[in-house]
Amino acid sequence: MDVMKKVPVREQDPKVRATNFEEVCLGYNKEEAMEEASRCLKCKNAKCMGGCPVSINIPGFIKEVEAGNFEEAAKVIAESSALPAVCGRVCPQESQCEGVCIRGIKGEPISIGKLERFVADWSRENGFVPAAPEKTNGKKVAVIGSGPAGLTCAGDLAKMGYEVTIFEALHEPGGVLIYGIPEFRLPKSTVVKTEVENVKKLGVKIETDVIIGKSVTIDELLEEEGFEAVFIGSGAGLPKFMGIPGENANGVFSANEYLTRSNLMKAFRDDYDTPIVAGKKVAVVGGGNVAMDAARTALRLGAEVHVVYRRSEAELPARVEEVHHAKEEGIIFNLLTNPVEILTDENGWVKGMVVRKMELGEPDASGRRRPVEIEGSDYTIEVDTVIMSLGTSPNPLISNTTKGLDINKRKCIVAETDNGKTTKEGVFAGGDAVTGAATVILAMEAGRAGARGIHEYLSQK
Amino acid sequence: MFRILKAEQLAEKIFLMDVEAPRVAKACEPGEFVIVRMDEKGERIPLTICDYDREKGTITIVFQTVGASTEKMAKLQAGDYFQDFVGPLGQPSEFVKEDIEEVKKKKYLFVAGGVGTAPVYPQVKWMKEHGIDVDVIVGAKNKELLILEDMMKEQAGNLYITTDDGSYVRKGMVTEVIKDLVVNQGKKYDVCVAIGPMIMMKFVCLLTKDLGLPTIVSMNPVMVDGTGMCGACRLSVGGEVKFACVDGPEFDGHLVNFDEAMKRQQIYKTEEGRAMLKLLEGDTHHGGCGNCE
Repeated sequence: MDVMKKVPVREQDPKVRATNFEEVCLGYNKEEAMEEASRCLKCKNAKCMGGCPVSINIPGFIKEVEAGNFEEAAKVIAESSALPAVCGRVCPQESQCEGVCIRGIKGEPISIGKLERFVADWSRENGFVPAAPEKTNGKKVAVIGSGPAGLTCAGDLAKMGYEVTIFEALHEPGGVLIYGIPEFRLPKSTVVKTEVENVKKLGVKIETDVIIGKSVTIDELLEEEGFEAVFIGSGAGLPKFMGIPGENANGVFSANEYLTRSNLMKAFRDDYDTPIVAGKKVAVVGGGNVAMDAARTALRLGAEVHVVYRRSEAELPARVEEVHHAKEEGIIFNLLTNPVEILTDENGWVKGMVVRKMELGEPDASGRRRPVEIEGSDYTIEVDTVIMSLGTSPNPLISNTTKGLDINKRKCIVAETDNGKTTKEGVFAGGDAVTGAATVILAMEAGRAGARGIHEYLSQK
Repeated sequence: MFRILKAEQLAEKIFLMDVEAPRVAKACEPGEFVIVRMDEKGERIPLTICDYDREKGTITIVFQTVGASTEKMAKLQAGDYFQDFVGPLGQPSEFVKEDIEEVKKKKYLFVAGGVGTAPVYPQVKWMKEHGIDVDVIVGAKNKELLILEDMMKEQAGNLYITTDDGSYVRKGMVTEVIKDLVVNQGKKYDVCVAIGPMIMMKFVCLLTKDLGLPTIVSMNPVMVDGTGMCGACRLSVGGEVKFACVDGPEFDGHLVNFDEAMKRQQIYKTEEGRAMLKLLEGDTHHGGCGNCE
């Protein structure tokens, strides 16, 4: 074995997986995991821990994996993370833990994400579940939203002895883990459901089909239903559109709609009732992880798929691994290209998209080079389906119906980073609802901070 | 799970159900809707709230069978359950939030078409509860398809019924009744609320625009989540994109782009047809829909 290189992880063949919704990455087996773990230098002052938003004791759990003590490894991870099977799969490790791994200076960093995933999968397969607290302190806390922020916050609070109820608007808990990230990256019935069940086993109740701000308000939860504190983890689920002509044509979808139909409603399966328009030639507009997910979903439904992105490959906000997977599967990238109009036929269906070529100008405030239109470069691409994946913003429903809860000009809830405190007493918030669309692990970190803030608040009350 | 307390057939293809949903019943207002899902594999279907009983914690829904899912739904009996019943969704009718003294000053005309009679009912009832008599026009294809007549009679000031084929009361479309009331009888209205099939709402709006009568319509586009996270239900209203599920479902009818909305309703037509055939033909379904190789 070459200690400079990661033990390769087994994956489904690109040609085969492009036609199914099974998980692409098959993960490590015991031997591979133990071998990869042996590459870790077990640094005393481990930089990787600093790169992890929830500061998992990485060398600590890897040491146990190397020795084959998987249950011990799971316990070490459980001290810091409630959703390891999810995070091991969807965290952008290259810019977090693995990005600062010492091994990565001369060779490849340790495959921390894949090792975390291995431990979590082993736990599930071997029935290892986190222990519930022996008794509760009788204090009720409401958590709004059952995505990564809400699940983490609820799990942490339950471990501290609180009686936690999560309120979820959709019919199934998990947030973006259920409706957004596709099956081929994050299996639902095994991985996501098990992690949600583990949170329930800590004593957390989950009430689905409740829309806070409509079915019941935060003020009512606090004043009438006996909750002493509330954590808002309602995410950023409102899709953006471009505002170009033809955008309401039949065949134009938001990535949220397309992915919700496919992931939550399982429209890709014949035995489910929700329909989906597969499309023969699909353009996905945008370059983030959601764009990759939508593109790879459309591909699996049988379409030829183009990702249309206004900057160049270097600026793609999607994870490198996802872009790589998308290319392997045959997704075509139309870079430095921006749509200006969607063309329709006489029945109102998409028949093409007029796009404009772009070039990169000076860097903007965020440091990314700004795309500049090239005059007179318009041309038409023939497509029958367009999926808009331009980002999302927080839904104003909760802020509009809660007295004294401040939002900023991007419609995000104003909350302190360390403890999730909002401008309203007893109400805490975290995750995408506060930051705008970000990552699963950052939402978990915010859920953890919110639980800490709520515990401090209720201990002093 | 949400228990069905009552299930009855009102007319051919039109069904009424009372469903136990205490949170929805406590919070809902006229104009709002719910989304139901029958079972694990079911789709999410939006339905306007027809009535509610806050004490009993029940919501009344009325629906017409139009495809595979609603056909299945029609078979549910009292004692059966909906897996999911979410709401209330959307914005309440404008008058619910207005100063009641201002509402009392206005003369309202309600126009209901077909199964659209159901969502008009709670609005007319709300008016009656607040001591306001309103005129109501109900249109149906024929006598057999007329629903909620007695309930509506109890709540309305004047009730005008019309049937397309003349099999009951009078013959003709609702637009003819509007014209008759306003032009021939010289009645003055400040607000018209029209709910029914999109094509009916479109023609009512074309007429009331000419008559200078402000008109509110309740739009019924394709929906998925109903909470504003997907935009499946988007419409053009006054040149702006609106999501019917959070900004509506009620809009200024003179600003709605009905032609676009009607085209968007057809998006899943073929898929729905296939699902329907599969349901009707059951095990004998061998791809008569052209879905097989």
